[in-house]
Amino acid sequence: MRLIANRLFLIFSTLAALIGLFFLGWILFTLCAKGLAGLSLQVFTHDLIEGGLRNVIVGQIIMSGVATVIGIPVGILAGVYLQEYGGDSKLTEFIRDLSDVMMSAPSIVVGTFVYAIVVIPTGHTSGWAGVLALFILMVPIIVRTTDDMLKLVPVELREAGIAIGASKYHVTMNIVIRYAKAGILTGILLAFARVVGETAPLLYTSGSSEFWSTDLTGTFPSLTVSIYNLATMPDEEMVQLGWTGAFLLTAMVLVINLIGRYASNDKRR
Amino acid sequence: MELIFKKLSQLSAGLLFVILAATTLVLYWSAKPAIEAFGVGFLIETRWGVEEPLVAAGGQLESSDELTGSDSTDGGDDDFIDDEDDFIMDDEDASDDTTREVYGALVPIVGTIFSTLIAMLFSIPIAMGIAVFLAEIASSSIAKPVGVAIELLASIPSIIYGMWGLFYFGPFIASIFGGNTVSLLVAGLVLAIMVIPFMAALSRDAISTVPDMLKESAYAMGATKLEVIKDVVFPYAKAGIIGSIILSFGRAMGETMAVAFVIGGIYQFAGKVTDPTNSIPVVLANSFAESSGLSLSVLFYLALVLFILSFIVIGVAKFYFLRRK
Repeated sequence: MRLIANRLFLIFSTLAALIGLFFLGWILFTLCAKGLAGLSLQVFTHDLIEGGLRNVIVGQIIMSGVATVIGIPVGILAGVYLQEYGGDSKLTEFIRDLSDVMMSAPSIVVGTFVYAIVVIPTGHTSGWAGVLALFILMVPIIVRTTDDMLKLVPVELREAGIAIGASKYHVTMNIVIRYAKAGILTGILLAFARVVGETAPLLYTSGSSEFWSTDLTGTFPSLTVSIYNLATMPDEEMVQLGWTGAFLLTAMVLVINLIGRYASNDKRR
Repeated sequence: MELIFKKLSQLSAGLLFVILAATTLVLYWSAKPAIEAFGVGFLIETRWGVEEPLVAAGGQLESSDELTGSDSTDGGDDDFIDDEDDFIMDDEDASDDTTREVYGALVPIVGTIFSTLIAMLFSIPIAMGIAVFLAEIASSSIAKPVGVAIELLASIPSIIYGMWGLFYFGPFIASIFGGNTVSLLVAGLVLAIMVIPFMAALSRDAISTVPDMLKESAYAMGATKLEVIKDVVFPYAKAGIIGSIILSFGRAMGETMAVAFVIGGIYQFAGKVTDPTNSIPVVLANSFAESSGLSLSVLFYLALVLFILSFIVIGVAKFYFLRRK
């Protein structure tokens, strides 16, 4: 009886794994089949208005990139504060919990917040509003990874630095951060991968545009928002273009994830 | 230099608090007209965008087309934009004092809760199966690549799940259970599939913290794998597993894009699970850019409700189950 129950359980659990993997495989399969079908050079050389995706891909990368560039110093500094200056105080714990909460807050709410503070006062959607929304989503992720990575730095290293007379700033910048560099870099890559696929916070902050634009003060082209718009259009060709965009987006996110994974493995083992 | 650096890092940490506080305050402040107009009754009011006469004899002329306008549910979202245009017009029309627009959040709130519950119903057993399979059953030559694949899948943008749901999964479900290709059921199942990798990866991590020695002593007593997992592994990893479920719950609840494609976006209760309905994030996503005045304030009220709900869910997960040592 016990053995039969055991058998059944093992079968069930393996089956559950297979069912889960089946659906996920199905998604990837349709994504590749539909996405590759529409993939051509034209996609990369023409803007959305002419049936390509060049402007929206570049737009998405610019917005995520700018958000990352602003997010890196803020996130790392906050992480440094938590680990190097904050100590074990209540305040440090509180800020840690805050960033955990922010990390899992619905991204659409971040969009509404940015809409209220940027889009309503300026009266129109803009690239900067999109950047701000992505920045808010991104900072807590960088803070938490920096925090975790700095925790792994041996105290002896810091003590050695202080013993030879280096100031706390030098110890932090030249010893602690250097030691934790690979981990922090991975965290940044993963954070970038996360925000580059975000749609909800961009829907009404950056909007999306069919034309080439590098002007962040105006409505800005976004790949994810365009995918949403294209997929709900009645026109077959537009839907096809949406699939191609979806495929490229997923490929981009997965590649960045793999790079991040590789970078962290390289250092750790 | 030393001092500047310290100040800067303090400032950055403080910024986190400022952002969170500002989000709450701005949402509250923007939602204020709606809160004043509808109060807490907003949460249990079922009508949305319907004009209600202030005096008993008031005009009910152009009120009904919002509710019925979006009945062609196949296209879902693009229909909806047309309706929103009507909203703005109505706003302006309604400024004579005989009628006022009534908004209620009960339909999207119920839609959000039920789609999330359906998602949990299906994702928990499957995700636990995957987690147990990876941590206890599969040999490491299988568990490793599958584990990496699961983690990668957890990073796929949610819009992909929504798109797949609209074009493939929705019709598939409709062909089995009948009903529409966009419905509460489809939304719940797409959410389930979306959170499975996330939940499985977190639960697997929790399960693999169980010390080998505990398991080995149970095996040495003659316990079968089921008994070891049921009586040793699960009790030990309970906090982490429940935490992963609650985090997944929060993620499914606040999810916009995966649901926006497949829930239908109409302000009606789903009488059957195969009927289309609405959820809070989807209302926000569909209506925001086209709203103004009171209808915009109502959306901020909804966003605030969602924010508080997710705050509570995350708070519970963090403070009771995933407490850092």
